[in-house]
Amino acid sequence: MPRAFVPKVATSNHLRDGDVIYFARPGWTRDLARASVAMTEEAAKELLREASQFPLETVGVVLIDVDMSSGAPAPTHFRELFRTRGPSNYFHGKQAENVQL
Amino acid sequence: MYSYSDFDSAFVRARTAEFRDQVARRLDGSLTEDEFKPLRLMNGLYLQLHAYMLRVAIPYGTLRGAQMRKLAEIADRWDKGYGHFTTRQNIQFNWPKLCDVPDILDALADVQMHAIQTSGNCIRNVTADHFAGAVADEVEDPRITAELIRQWSTDHPEFAYLPRKFKIAVTGTEQDRAVIRFHDIGLRLRRRDGQIGYQVVIGGGLGRSPMIGKVVRDFLPKPELLPYLEAILRTYNLSGRRDNKYKARIKILVHETGLAALKAKIEQNFATQKRLLPDVSPQLVARIEQGFAPPDFDTRPLVSHRPGPGLRAFIDTNTTPHKRDDHVIVTVSLKPIGGTPGDATSDQMRALADLAQAYGYDELRISHEQNVILPHVHRNDLPAVYAGLRDAGLATANVGLVSDIIACPGMDYCALATARSIPVAQEISRAFAEIDAQHDIGPLKIKISGCINACGHHHVGHIGILGLDKAGVENYQLTLGGDGTQEATIGTRTGPGFAYDQIVPAVTRLIHAYLRLRTAPDETFLQTYRRVGIAPFKTALYEAENAAAA
Repeated sequence: MPRAFVPKVATSNHLRDGDVIYFARPGWTRDLARASVAMTEEAAKELLREASQFPLETVGVVLIDVDMSSGAPAPTHFRELFRTRGPSNYFHGKQAENVQL
Repeated sequence: MYSYSDFDSAFVRARTAEFRDQVARRLDGSLTEDEFKPLRLMNGLYLQLHAYMLRVAIPYGTLRGAQMRKLAEIADRWDKGYGHFTTRQNIQFNWPKLCDVPDILDALADVQMHAIQTSGNCIRNVTADHFAGAVADEVEDPRITAELIRQWSTDHPEFAYLPRKFKIAVTGTEQDRAVIRFHDIGLRLRRRDGQIGYQVVIGGGLGRSPMIGKVVRDFLPKPELLPYLEAILRTYNLSGRRDNKYKARIKILVHETGLAALKAKIEQNFATQKRLLPDVSPQLVARIEQGFAPPDFDTRPLVSHRPGPGLRAFIDTNTTPHKRDDHVIVTVSLKPIGGTPGDATSDQMRALADLAQAYGYDELRISHEQNVILPHVHRNDLPAVYAGLRDAGLATANVGLVSDIIACPGMDYCALATARSIPVAQEISRAFAEIDAQHDIGPLKIKISGCINACGHHHVGHIGILGLDKAGVENYQLTLGGDGTQEATIGTRTGPGFAYDQIVPAVTRLIHAYLRLRTAPDETFLQTYRRVGIAPFKTALYEAENAAAA
């Protein structure tokens, strides 16, 4: 039985500062909740194609699974959760800087 | 200490200028990321989970005060006010911006530092005993050899694209503090019939296939070192696997070829190299040796002092006998209770620089155990050094104890990590925060890695912890009985792993089991483990699960 499709967003790191960023048509955001979400396999392919058109802003674009149960995309894996929050060892990084692209 | 020659300075400046141009070309689109990535890696610049990370080389872990002060300035000006000292005696800055990196490299060059060959499939920063030049039983200061290898290996055209990264460590004593049996090449200085030479060990390593290095030459005369290294590297470069990065280290070549067959190839190569590569010039060796000449030791008579309890604990735990009776080696713990192992703030770096310049002959060392060493401190200055460290939050008296934990950056920073390691270290240190309890437990090395690459050296921890991703959840495997010293031992896995919220209780059960099992307070964890084996520790670890299953 084919595995049910899991909604996806496109993510990367910003070329200049390395920050975690998410594709939000027509550009990029540092806020996962604002990312464009693909709800089908075809839409995911198109999302990745579009997100890969920014070589001067991004370093490596990949699709990640998200949970849409709250209405906004949220991480399904702890690695992606840490990417949204920054290091957990003490308060710095993203927790301390809620900047927008 | 060794200072750059004009050649060194010009070379480092030229590399920085070259990288500045490469960054500009990446930012304007002239270089793609695929083209740029190998260039930035050759200059120590990684892209990690949340940001770029710049790994700066600290050759053989030795720093002057001015260099430490420059690292503090970089932390303040271009990073977030701290740096992370690593298990390869380097420092990593976790938050630089790409466009700032050329300026950071220029700032490093101002104090004879760089980030060259801190990444990539080349010969990496050569590490050495962090007590080099300060201990009594040393054949010779191993940094002389490490510096010679640094000069030979920097930008070596033949070895810039090896099958995989290549790590060399050197020790000058029988007691191995440099973990030489777990390096691609480990060198131990030896004296035989009045001649100085090396025991040469190859094929050690940690990572996903931990292996103990094998002796390929029991005694290599000192002048033959570079031709012999050249022969090993050439043999590896030609015969090492390039089809599978997980099987590309020299340890796999040794394992698959067999030591005898590989040694034959190396020796054959060596015979050629010896003819082609002249012996190192005595003038060059003399210049390097001069760079590591002992300081002009202070000969003040000792003044008796009655230390308070804080200083007493510090002296007992954080000092090591020096080759001179009137001096000691001071180890500064970068493992405050609940802190991040290996992190130092810019203020702490400046405090260390000040103390080194005032009381330590302007010399600092970084240990692979992520601590800082003041290798030569006059005993009369211990109260002042302790006071300075205490004021800087650096006087934690826990060196070699349960809270002196090695931990890799793990998933808090590292893009390769499969689980976090730093918070586990923080929780263990909090669980055993009471200094009396730590002293009761005694010498214990806990080492934590956040993935199979084993940057936290978990295989050689008395208690090793490996963080993995098990079906989308952090899970931690335990190994026991590892030892990175001359008694080189790879730890044995205990059994099923533990969830993130269960790993600290599991470690606590292990330590309580040790306290019950030991025959006397001076029997260490490792001695007890070697005497009783793994079984009683497994019982302690899994008895709750076993009882529930029964």
